[in-house]
Amino acid sequence: MLLEIENLAVEVAGKKVLKNINLSIGEGETHVLLGPNGAGKSTLFLTILGFPQYKVVQGSIKFKGQDITELTTAERVQLGIGVSFQTPPSIRGVSVRDLLKIESHQDMDEDLNPRMKELADQLKFSDEFLDRDVNYGFSGGEVKRSEILQLLAQMPDFTMFDEPDSGVDIENVELIASEIGTLLDKDKPQGSRKRSGLLITHLGYILNFVSADKAHVLIDGVISCSGNPTEILEDIRKNGFNGCVECAQCL
Amino acid sequence: MDVLSVRNVYEDAERAKDKKAPIGADVTIENFTDETLNAIDMIDDLDDLNRQTKKDLLKVGVDTDEKNRSGSFLQVDQSNIFTNNAMSNSVEVMNIGVALDKYKWLEDYIWNVVKPDADKYTAKTALREQKDGINSGYFVRSLPGTREVMPVQACMFIGEEGIMQTAHNVIIAEENSELHLITGCATGDDISSAMHVGVSEMYLKPGAKITFTMVHNWAEQVEVRPRTGVKLMDNSTYINNYILTSPVSTLQSYPTAYCDGENSRAIFQSIQGGKKDSIIDVGSRVLLNAKGARGEVISRAVSQDESKIYSRGHLAGTVPEVKGHLECHGLVLDDDSFIYAVPELEASSANLEMSHEAAVGKISEDEINYLTSRGISEEDAESMIVRGFLNMDITGLPDELAEQTQNMIDMSVEGM
Repeated sequence: MLLEIENLAVEVAGKKVLKNINLSIGEGETHVLLGPNGAGKSTLFLTILGFPQYKVVQGSIKFKGQDITELTTAERVQLGIGVSFQTPPSIRGVSVRDLLKIESHQDMDEDLNPRMKELADQLKFSDEFLDRDVNYGFSGGEVKRSEILQLLAQMPDFTMFDEPDSGVDIENVELIASEIGTLLDKDKPQGSRKRSGLLITHLGYILNFVSADKAHVLIDGVISCSGNPTEILEDIRKNGFNGCVECAQCL
Repeated sequence: MDVLSVRNVYEDAERAKDKKAPIGADVTIENFTDETLNAIDMIDDLDDLNRQTKKDLLKVGVDTDEKNRSGSFLQVDQSNIFTNNAMSNSVEVMNIGVALDKYKWLEDYIWNVVKPDADKYTAKTALREQKDGINSGYFVRSLPGTREVMPVQACMFIGEEGIMQTAHNVIIAEENSELHLITGCATGDDISSAMHVGVSEMYLKPGAKITFTMVHNWAEQVEVRPRTGVKLMDNSTYINNYILTSPVSTLQSYPTAYCDGENSRAIFQSIQGGKKDSIIDVGSRVLLNAKGARGEVISRAVSQDESKIYSRGHLAGTVPEVKGHLECHGLVLDDDSFIYAVPELEASSANLEMSHEAAVGKISEDEINYLTSRGISEEDAESMIVRGFLNMDITGLPDELAEQTQNMIDMSVEGM
């Protein structure tokens, strides 16, 4: 298993938000995390990422066989975890170009390497745009594309996407989906995929463009259901998330 | 008039010799020794300076190769050891004493926009001039209708332990001329304690523009009291950039621009990085005294260790149809650090527009988290955010100078 979460419980500001979470993601697999607002989807993401506000009070997170529960965020990222945020903060004086250089392990004094320039172009960013302060005054779509571009610089082994399609117009959803495909080895035959991912999606629209191997439904801090993404989505569309509460047997 | 004004300066200064400054810690001037005028020999070339001094000067933007400069002036302690006035037909650079001999009319500009009795530091400078004939400092003037895009560089350097350096600078931009200055102040590496008082008076004639970029790099036990006044006539523009990111004992300054001309405009941009136990008290004041005048004061302050930063700004609108904006942002990095932001708006007429925004706080956790999620360590993330915060876009410089200034800022914030 690439990522193994066992019996995880998490507190934020003294309040228990996640309980008894068990989740395993193998090499080359793409999983989807579904659930209503406030269910704890982002908390699970940020706990895997290791943000200090998210206190693991029980259980463990293993990545590539190593227990990473006590590692800092930067250390986890260096092991090969990456994330695209739904609403990242803007930082004055830190340009997209600077970040891309750091993420692609380039020397800060060098020009941005041609591969990154090409990728920026693919994601419809002009050279001038790269000099803008990251996320500062970006449109919703620009934020999402910039997040994806930064991940392409990193090429993590395991990538988490928090609502990658929210606020993106239809024509750009396909562009973003295709780059997510690159990040998850979707261009390779299923058996030879190495990179894995976890997608948070509220409505599942992105799943029309990115195939997933397994879906999990998170309700009230508990994974109430796991299984075939198409079937689960179908069910949610018909019966809402309440159907998942009742359907404990699909576990 | 001459005789009278000379005597007035002397009398005013004499009366104010014990007058404490309204703000800032009171410095006991008597703890520092007076240097004699021109105790150090002149040099023929800035290249003759030793390597360490060259490095110290470069840190504050003074290039000893004089590349891309239109003039140079170097004062060490109380001696003007180098002046290069031959680089441009548009600007004059000389020692203030030489200028006073050459131009009788210069008397009218001396102690006009900074008063000798403002406090004991101005009084001391005036008394040394009047009593001891110590005319130190530079005179820079751009000739009418000229536009020299390359800057004049001027440097005040302290090389002797325990001294008090005084300087009286006069800058005049004649009608429809453009003048750029880079001024650096620094101390030699072996200096621990000294004092610097620099009086600067600037005059912008109608349609003139001055940009004045100042970088300070003092030693940890140096007391610094610059005193600056700027007078703006019709349609003139003054842009002041101030950068301080190295430790100092106490530094207090409150440059004031008098927008007396219609449609005149003054912009102050400052970057202050407080370190160790520095006490930095820097303000900028713009008096909007004529129709259409505009003032902008923008500052970024970062306080770390046990430093204290007082970041002041004052805009006063005295007539209708003036506009002003004040912006003060501060980051407090340690529990022992301190920032006191004092933005003041004063309106004494109807139909004017003035605003301010001030925000002081710690580094945003979200921003740190975001950078760590890209594999950057928490420590590196913090310093990236601080550098980004301080590294503001300086506006109003010609392209040639903008890049150099950006490099100077990059270099200054690098160590933060």
